[in-house]
Amino acid sequence: MTTPLDPAPARPQAASLSCPSCGAAITLRAQGWAVTVACGSCGAVLDATDPNLRVLQRQAEAITAEPQLPLGTRGTWHGASWELIGFQVVTITVEGTDYSWSEYVAFNPYRGFLYLSEYQGHWNVIEKLRRRPRIDVEGGRPVARLDGQTFKHFQTATARTTLALGEFPWELRVDDAVMARDFIAPPYILSAEASDGETTWSMGTYTPPDVIAKAFGQTGAMATPVGVFANQPNPHAATSGTIFRRFGLFLLILTAILVGNVAVSRGTVAYTNRFSFVHGSDDSSAFVTPAFVLGGRTSSVTIDVEAELSNNWLFFDFTLIDEATGTARGFTKQVSYYSGVDGDGRWTEGSRRGRARLASVPAGRYFLRVAPAGGEPVSPSVDYALTVRRDDPSFVFYLFAFLALLVPAVLSLLVRGAFETRRWAESDYGASTGSASEDDGDDE
Amino acid sequence: MTSPAPRTAACPNCGAAIRFLWSQAVQTTCTYCKAVLVRRDLDLDLVGRQANFPETGSPIQIGTEGKWRGSTFQVVGRIAYSWSRGRWNEWYCRVSDGTSAWLSDAQLEYAMTVAVKPSGPLPDADAVRVGDTFIWDDHAYDVSTITQASYLGTEGELPFTSFTREQCLFVDLQNDSGQLATVDFSDHPAVLYLGEYADFDTFAFTHLREFEGW
Repeated sequence: MTTPLDPAPARPQAASLSCPSCGAAITLRAQGWAVTVACGSCGAVLDATDPNLRVLQRQAEAITAEPQLPLGTRGTWHGASWELIGFQVVTITVEGTDYSWSEYVAFNPYRGFLYLSEYQGHWNVIEKLRRRPRIDVEGGRPVARLDGQTFKHFQTATARTTLALGEFPWELRVDDAVMARDFIAPPYILSAEASDGETTWSMGTYTPPDVIAKAFGQTGAMATPVGVFANQPNPHAATSGTIFRRFGLFLLILTAILVGNVAVSRGTVAYTNRFSFVHGSDDSSAFVTPAFVLGGRTSSVTIDVEAELSNNWLFFDFTLIDEATGTARGFTKQVSYYSGVDGDGRWTEGSRRGRARLASVPAGRYFLRVAPAGGEPVSPSVDYALTVRRDDPSFVFYLFAFLALLVPAVLSLLVRGAFETRRWAESDYGASTGSASEDDGDDE
Repeated sequence: MTSPAPRTAACPNCGAAIRFLWSQAVQTTCTYCKAVLVRRDLDLDLVGRQANFPETGSPIQIGTEGKWRGSTFQVVGRIAYSWSRGRWNEWYCRVSDGTSAWLSDAQLEYAMTVAVKPSGPLPDADAVRVGDTFIWDDHAYDVSTITQASYLGTEGELPFTSFTREQCLFVDLQNDSGQLATVDFSDHPAVLYLGEYADFDTFAFTHLREFEGW
């Protein structure tokens, strides 16, 4: 029902002006919002809010830098169009070495400003924050908290503009410095830039070069990122997560197989038979079993006794004899089982079953000498069963399987840790620069 | 709620038709001759004239409509300011629930605020510092910027009869949930505005200015 009272004339896409310092053409793409504009020819920094582009700062040398993404390039980010209108090189000095990265200002006349940064092939897409994170301390180090997420302090450095080209929505001068504090929660980085008592917060998202190339229509190859960047996601985090999930799954399967194996067949039965012991026949009750084979590698042998005892006991003197060599292994086992009823109710003591175990028995043909004895005089005879089992040598398989599963899990942890070590080596807490930043602190 | 039809009068300066979008508007600007007009119920008084009304590049214009806090609003007036980092506008909005609000577009970061009665002390214009904390309506705000601005001009319908200030002091405060507070010291006593920053898309603007090539 209403029409605008003042239909503004369609604004030219970009206003063309000339540099009052060198006469070169100046293009204002964010007219009305750009605060400073740096001449692409002579590097003079001009007041973009002044119709005559008053010179704010002249540069000794002409601009030679070529932004990797040319100014004027249009791109698409999250469904909106953005035009690159400004470019600056920002430098920090750590232990006497300069580290420089590139920053781009992107503009949309409805949505304002978006920033891109690039350091050795690592890209971040950065938005100015309109809320203020809370600074806290965790584990002795500063952290920033925002929207329930904790960002670890990574680095504090004095960042100065060493080159400027095009338009900026703030008052920029070459050699201006800001105190920059970076906090990370990969793939995000929170940056606080403080100057003149005012702090500006921004949030960057680590963005792979091919995504930048696609968004800004770059057909040429993008530089491969060098090293590990502060908020670069750990590519091994997902891998090691997958490996650990698989490790857990396989461990579960392995355990299930093991349990099943134990439940169904605990070892291979080499010999089993039933006997009867007659009380009082101790001296004549000894006998030998027929020969049986103990196969596989040198491993353990178990002899199980199951006697039908009732308030009774039996004592066994066993000798396992190698048929070929005559080597004898002697051992004993007693089983006893008593039960009754007293004031507290029914009670039992002992067990009808007993097991003797011999470790490290080499493979071969063996027989067992059995000499039972004992027994209560009240029960004339006791039936019992003897079972000789060769322990399943495949238990070793479980051990090897477990180790085989463990190796990739441990390796993935190491690889993941190595990536984090490389990330933090570049921070204020790195092995090489940590002491240096403390020294810096002392100097201040 | 009724929405009164636009009412018309003639500009006492040039005779052009003046249309009021908002029946309670007290002041408007002739779109033809830029005369600043004060309404004495449709007998318009000429109180001044503005030259070279500044270009700010805002996509907002008189007549722009949008959505906020479940209501719709229409932009009916504007005050333009300039500060050390350029210019910005405070757009006077008439909200469908009968209230009014101010839409700010500084550096194309949109914030909507409403004047409120302060539930706690306001900053002292001479002593306030960046980082100071104030609490209003159980929310803590930290002073983020202290802005000395100059008044550039007005356009459209505004809720006051005169605008004589040259310099204006604004204190902006933010918190960790995107809320915004602005204290305007150009009124006596100072006025507190509370609101929030919001993304361009959340306002679902219509009748925006169009930019060639965008």
